[in-house]
Amino acid sequence: MLINVNMTINGKAVSGQVEARTLLVEFIRDHQRLTGTHVGCDTTQCGCCTVHVDGKAVKSCTMLAVQATGKSVITIEGLAQADGTLHPVQEAFREHHGLQCGFCTPGMVMMGVDICRRHPNADEHTVRQELEGNICRCTGYQGIVEAIMDASAKMAGGKA
Amino acid sequence: MGQFGIGQPVRRKEDVRLLTGKGQYTDDVNFDGQTWAAFVRSPQAHAKILSIDTSAAKAAPGVVGVFTGTDMKADGVGTLITDVEFKDLAGKDMFRPKRDFMTIDRVRFVGEIVAVVLANTQAQAKAAAELVMVDYDGLPAVGSTAFAASPDSPVIWEEHGSNVGIHWENRPEAEIDVHMAKAKTRVTVDIVNNRVVPNPMEPRCAVSKWENGELTMYAPTQGGRRIQQGIAKIVMNLPADKVRIISPDVGGGFGIRGKLYPELGVVAWAARKIDRPVKWRGDRSETFVSDYHGRDQINHAELGLDANGRVVALKVRTIVNCGAYFAENGPRLPINGGGRIIPGVYDIENFYFSVRPVLSNTVPTDTYRGAGRPEANFLMERLMDAAADATGLARDEIRRRNVIKPEQFPYRTQMGMLIDSGDFIGNMDMAMKAADWAGFDARRAESAKRGKLRGIGLSNFVEPSGGRPTEEMRIAVSPEGKATVYAGTHSHGQGHETVWAQLLESFLGIPFENVTLVQGDTKIMPKEAAGTFGSRSSWMGGVGLQRSAKRIVEKGTKIAANLMQSEPEKVSFDAGVFRAGTSSVTLAEVAKASYEPKNLPDGMEPGLDESYFLKRDPEEFNYPNGTHVIEVEVDPDLGKIEMLNYIAVDDCGKVLNPFIVHGQVYGGVAQGIGQAMTEMTVYDDEGQLVTGSFMDYGMPRAEHLSMIDALFNEVPCKTNDLGVKGAGEAGACGAPGAFVSAVCDALKGYGIRHIDMPMTPDRVWATIQKAKAGKAA
Repeated sequence: MLINVNMTINGKAVSGQVEARTLLVEFIRDHQRLTGTHVGCDTTQCGCCTVHVDGKAVKSCTMLAVQATGKSVITIEGLAQADGTLHPVQEAFREHHGLQCGFCTPGMVMMGVDICRRHPNADEHTVRQELEGNICRCTGYQGIVEAIMDASAKMAGGKA
Repeated sequence: MGQFGIGQPVRRKEDVRLLTGKGQYTDDVNFDGQTWAAFVRSPQAHAKILSIDTSAAKAAPGVVGVFTGTDMKADGVGTLITDVEFKDLAGKDMFRPKRDFMTIDRVRFVGEIVAVVLANTQAQAKAAAELVMVDYDGLPAVGSTAFAASPDSPVIWEEHGSNVGIHWENRPEAEIDVHMAKAKTRVTVDIVNNRVVPNPMEPRCAVSKWENGELTMYAPTQGGRRIQQGIAKIVMNLPADKVRIISPDVGGGFGIRGKLYPELGVVAWAARKIDRPVKWRGDRSETFVSDYHGRDQINHAELGLDANGRVVALKVRTIVNCGAYFAENGPRLPINGGGRIIPGVYDIENFYFSVRPVLSNTVPTDTYRGAGRPEANFLMERLMDAAADATGLARDEIRRRNVIKPEQFPYRTQMGMLIDSGDFIGNMDMAMKAADWAGFDARRAESAKRGKLRGIGLSNFVEPSGGRPTEEMRIAVSPEGKATVYAGTHSHGQGHETVWAQLLESFLGIPFENVTLVQGDTKIMPKEAAGTFGSRSSWMGGVGLQRSAKRIVEKGTKIAANLMQSEPEKVSFDAGVFRAGTSSVTLAEVAKASYEPKNLPDGMEPGLDESYFLKRDPEEFNYPNGTHVIEVEVDPDLGKIEMLNYIAVDDCGKVLNPFIVHGQVYGGVAQGIGQAMTEMTVYDDEGQLVTGSFMDYGMPRAEHLSMIDALFNEVPCKTNDLGVKGAGEAGACGAPGAFVSAVCDALKGYGIRHIDMPMTPDRVWATIQKAKAGKAA
């Protein structure tokens, strides 16, 4: 049996028919073909699939598409401004070498934005603790932690 | 040099694409009408297959086909076999078992492929895979490395009669015993170098289609040429140019992604078999049981020293667990990969080395970041710490007395490698100063006041880099003066899009933003493309580009001479401009002219498009090296280790982009710390993989690591024109030794001198308890 789902993704109203078991990430990737959101594990550990649902970071592999009905979803594709201006967190990842292969990156950035919103001027300890649910194999987290700290300070300073 | 030239910390070109969700990874690719593959994998570690009943699966909804190894064999598909051949001292060959793409009558590890189901949706394929009935007749299994080497162990390959593939030795042991007997002090260490699961963040996947007699397959690789050749020859029985492998963005490599895995063969073969595209999206659980694993050695080593603390002899016995089959490089890792650098940065004349690669009921092991060199360096550093204990010399002093000195370069090791350059004492001085080694006691006392045990450790390392000895790079300059690099190398996180553009700006004056990278497509990459692994790209790719650029200039000079009505000998080239007397033309003008035959000297082909096939002596490597120092705090009540401070001094030769090389150091260190601190691969006695997901396997997370201070002690390499040495694997070589040394330093009050990796809280706590009990008794 297929179920209707309606939500906004990156500000655009979208709808579709899904199986009850369809995960939000499958709806995003396979139905909407927004492939910036990645799947890196099958146990909700890696965080590659992190998106925002009604403004909060959520692992989209651990939420059903039907649960997102009526909600506002932002994916990595919807983070930069329409003119291409990067979000401060994206810009900070670039400045601090917060990515190498780029696979965990969309999830890291979406989580990073969430951390910055909740922790103005976040310190290193806070950022490392907050990244507990996001795994990166390339960077040793160094550039990621630096980028989130930097973006958090800039966002708190009203520069972004 | 301008802001985008060699040596500048240029920000990466690839980042905006990857940060905005525009990266294209294999799973982002879909073909019209594709079917989905699901593999039936063995739940048993060791069993005979009595029968495979696919009838229920074939009848399931949406199923297009169910195939087994027998079907592939009937189509003439061949087998996989290791690249490696060794002989023992008596001249006997190493055993080399063959591997079917899908096993036919026997399973030898949990996760081995028994059948494949193709269906219209992934859910249908997975559901039908559950319906394939395999009748297994279980056999005793071998899950542990030590047991595999024991004469009491069940034998996995009866035709060989033993699990030991070869007993390889570099020389008769008695030759070194003579020297060992003269030692004043002898120390031994027994070390387990733990098995790790490499786990690039992108799970393995593939999508293939068969069209007009040609196969096209997308898959994450580290450069697809060898995979293309293997698939064409072994699987498809086609000329290589009828098989196209495309690796677009790849989510991490670490050595294990460059292989011809059975899944790739099956996905390729199946697309032709059913004449429909086939997609396989592996999940993380499949990664754990099918991607090659890394490390997994047991080492017993003995070091003999004279009265001055100088090493007089070294003996090493290594058992390496290669899993159920010898993978492409399996037994090569301890022997060629790491073993021949075992004396490390130390000047050791008398060295005996024995390796026994063993087969077991586990996932095969192959190259993982460092590929034998981290194991080798770790072993030497543990020996040096033990030697410091036994002689009463400080840990740095015993090392200072034994390292190869600057005046000894080029230094020929006992295993025949020629180390061109290095500054090993300088590395130590720089690292110890940056770490304030001299002020450590005060910090230890401060920690003690808080009930914490503080320790400091150091590790030296050197590692031969360069990988395979050939590479081809091509530069095509367009009539607009823009350049495209067609690379034989393959970037999957290393930032080649950026660094190759920096090189072209430096060599040819072509603006950084006007350089585009094309890689990872066997149809358009250079014919002799090798790929990226073994810390080779800066050398093989960088020098390859340098030589291609030289050819561009040579040809451009002739065209420029024509344009300026001069002679080629009178034309000079600098920063993108050809000059003769007072005349000048830009490279862009020359490029434009090169496509108009009237401008060309007689007999010259139009265009400005040159490639270079770089070939080096296969025995020639470069030798990145360094000293890493780490400070830790141990909570004795919890056994928990906190990393406080990390100084990495690396000699990567000439640094092309410090921003990117720092990233390589951080990532390598994190993988080394992961192995030392959190990553434990557990097989039980039945050969079941207990740590088969991120829930059970300790991937290092942000909270496990501290900031790393990466410094360079730049000693240009003498054997290549750019002066570069590798960088990708250095961190993984330096970190484990420094970490274990630091923790043992913290725990020295208990008399604890070694704990095997990973030093999990449980292990550390238990060791402390045991030491305390021993003292009480």
